[in-house]
Amino acid sequence: MHKLLNDSPGEKIMLLGNEAIARGAIEAGVAFATTYPGTPSSEISLNLFQMSQESDFYFEYSTNEKVALEVAAAAANSGLRTFCMMKHVGLNVAADPLMTLAYVGVTGGMVILTADDPAMFSSQNEQDNRYYAKFGNLPMLEPSSVPEAKEMIKYAFDLSEQLSQPVLLRTTTRINHSNAFVTFGDMKPMETKGKFIREPSRCVTVPAVARQLHAKLLGKMDKAKGLSEISDLNPIEGSGKFGIIVNGVSFYYAKDAVKDLGIEGNTKVLRLGFSNPMPEKLIKDFVKDCEKVLVIEEGEPFMEEAVKAFAQEAGVMIPISGKSEALFSRLSEYDPAMVREKIAVFFGINYTPKTKLDTADVPEIPMRPPNLCSGCSHRATFYEVKQAGKDMDIICPTDIGCYTLGFLPPLNMGDFVICMGSSVSTSCGFGKATDQKVVSFIGDSTFFHSGITGLVNAVFNNHNFTLVILENDITAMTGHQPHPGVDMERFGLDGFGRVNIEDLVRTLGVKHVSIVKPFKVKKSIEIIREALEYKGVSVIISQEPCALYAKSLKLLKPRAFKVSDKCVDHRDCINTIACPSFYLEDGKVKIDADTCVGCAVCAQICPENAITPLKK
Amino acid sequence: METTRLIIVAVGGQGNLLASKVLGEAALISDVPIRMSEIHGMAQRGGVVESAIVFGDATSSIISDGEADILLGFEPSETLRALSRCNKGTKVITNTATLPPFTVSIGKGVYPEVENIKELLKAKCASLVAIDAMKLAKEAGSPMSVNIVLLGALVQSGSLGFTKENVIEAIKRRTKKSFLDKNLKAFELGFEAAQNYK
Repeated sequence: MHKLLNDSPGEKIMLLGNEAIARGAIEAGVAFATTYPGTPSSEISLNLFQMSQESDFYFEYSTNEKVALEVAAAAANSGLRTFCMMKHVGLNVAADPLMTLAYVGVTGGMVILTADDPAMFSSQNEQDNRYYAKFGNLPMLEPSSVPEAKEMIKYAFDLSEQLSQPVLLRTTTRINHSNAFVTFGDMKPMETKGKFIREPSRCVTVPAVARQLHAKLLGKMDKAKGLSEISDLNPIEGSGKFGIIVNGVSFYYAKDAVKDLGIEGNTKVLRLGFSNPMPEKLIKDFVKDCEKVLVIEEGEPFMEEAVKAFAQEAGVMIPISGKSEALFSRLSEYDPAMVREKIAVFFGINYTPKTKLDTADVPEIPMRPPNLCSGCSHRATFYEVKQAGKDMDIICPTDIGCYTLGFLPPLNMGDFVICMGSSVSTSCGFGKATDQKVVSFIGDSTFFHSGITGLVNAVFNNHNFTLVILENDITAMTGHQPHPGVDMERFGLDGFGRVNIEDLVRTLGVKHVSIVKPFKVKKSIEIIREALEYKGVSVIISQEPCALYAKSLKLLKPRAFKVSDKCVDHRDCINTIACPSFYLEDGKVKIDADTCVGCAVCAQICPENAITPLKK
Repeated sequence: METTRLIIVAVGGQGNLLASKVLGEAALISDVPIRMSEIHGMAQRGGVVESAIVFGDATSSIISDGEADILLGFEPSETLRALSRCNKGTKVITNTATLPPFTVSIGKGVYPEVENIKELLKAKCASLVAIDAMKLAKEAGSPMSVNIVLLGALVQSGSLGFTKENVIEAIKRRTKKSFLDKNLKAFELGFEAAQNYK
């Protein structure tokens, strides 16, 4: 049985934040869960996907976050406890249903999790999704630790049912990807079959209805504010004239700092865990008897601006600060020493930090940038497109996935990326705005997510570009989740449909569609060349399973290659495809037999045919 | 309980996260409070993988620059890169077996001399234990056990507040049964190597 399904209240176990959240959902009796994977949220859904196979609740990987939220909205309006999770930028995709679902509300508890990524460990921006709570009028909860995240999601379901309103649970990477001891609680029984009761005056958002709903929504938020005022999730610790208002992981950095600086006797800390609506009266009372207040929050001055406004209304004229040159930044994430230093600066505490080492005499250490894996089919496709178009002035819009790494030298195949699916639609724009040849890249999962509508646009508006769909049969970047083009029997699951990308592309009206097998280099270059010369929209589908995934399924049995004596050191292999299995030894190119999977792309481009299978 | 801050740096694929999980389990068995943070995602495509583990009473789960009490490096150039996390009181334990970055393998960067790395670490920090964990892992029967060899060295020299027996129990609970004998041997070899290191 899955370790998170153990009905063993009181059991203490070390869990990743994302595992704790998944367990919390189970303890809350979640009946319905939907997602599109995205770091740092992916392990929540991965665990729910695994558990759903041995439990009664419904789970699905939806094609994108908008779809996931709409599927979930229906379940939550059929009375089911519903959980929809995504990374922060995923909520942009789901923003359309989010804003109006807030008007409609829910009949079963609904929690929407947004996993924000301050410092952008694996994201294209570090937007602060707390503003979605304010923007959409959603109650919001923010945990400060892993064990609290598990408890908080349970309360989030209760709160949602109390208000008939979806609740936003906002985490950051340092919650999702931290480990801590968690104690299992009781598991609430799941009610997995719902009933939808027709209620057009609430559920059909024509203007006349929506006007009523907006007013009702504001009423619900007033009620939520009352709950926030008295919530245990907004505790005040300590007492004194120094005030600190803090959220999320920074709470513990501040707590450690207050202790390290020895100011426990004159400092009080308000932690906001129920942070939308903000507890206005609680905050006004808090600032009233402070000399100074410091607001500590990663990201934007979400709390700071509200606290300042409350203080103004309360006629409190003390210094209140947070984001400033001398204090906290709106960039990146915080850390304990930085929070300690800023608290010392703001409250005028003498403090000498630990002396950092002088590293002036440390030699330069070579960088270790991420790289496409050995035997990755994307590398082969990039090389072939580059060869096929070498006499053309090419722009390469790319997309979000492992293949974004193709922008690095020596491949240099990636010129523009802003969000999921943008490769296709930006190709439309580049094709019309310039005379340059446009060749764009998109993965199969990303194509299903949001590439299809761009391609429909391209066909309708008669655009001119070549789209390369990298079909590697899996969502690779986030840890091998399925997508609509995947054969689910590989996961040992039946009862799933499957969408064929080639059929889909032809049905959309693309006239020039070709298939390449990227490990056949010469043939692929010929086919790609023909597609590049086509005037209009051409699509190339490059089919080869993800090497890591194929290895894990034992579909791929690595057969290493070696560099033979015929090598005369052209180094075309290293200089053009740069597979990480190459290394230099005594000035000669060698192949690491432990990592080479035998894709043989290098063997096909070596002008001396010097790369051959390593015979056992 | 006093706080001990441990940073582990490794290259993707070296088993750093498993080593952290074993330490977490050992802490659970020993009733030592612990919080850990790790970096996933894009960083795993051949990049550096870092775990921060805080033992004891502090409540934060990450470690600031200059504040590691112990640095455990799975790869010598990564150990050196992580000097920014150390201060002059930091104990350093490092593998000496190199995994040159791809940039070096293709001649576009120079890998520092391992002897030079050792000298720098020794001169700047409180103590250094440098062992060839790859050699010992192979001796134990599997190059995959590098992480457990280093765990042995850490437990010998790191004063983490729990016993060797509890770590062995954690290895039994957290690592694959088919690797158990090799891992237990790897742990002993790492422990001994640290004990005998001069």
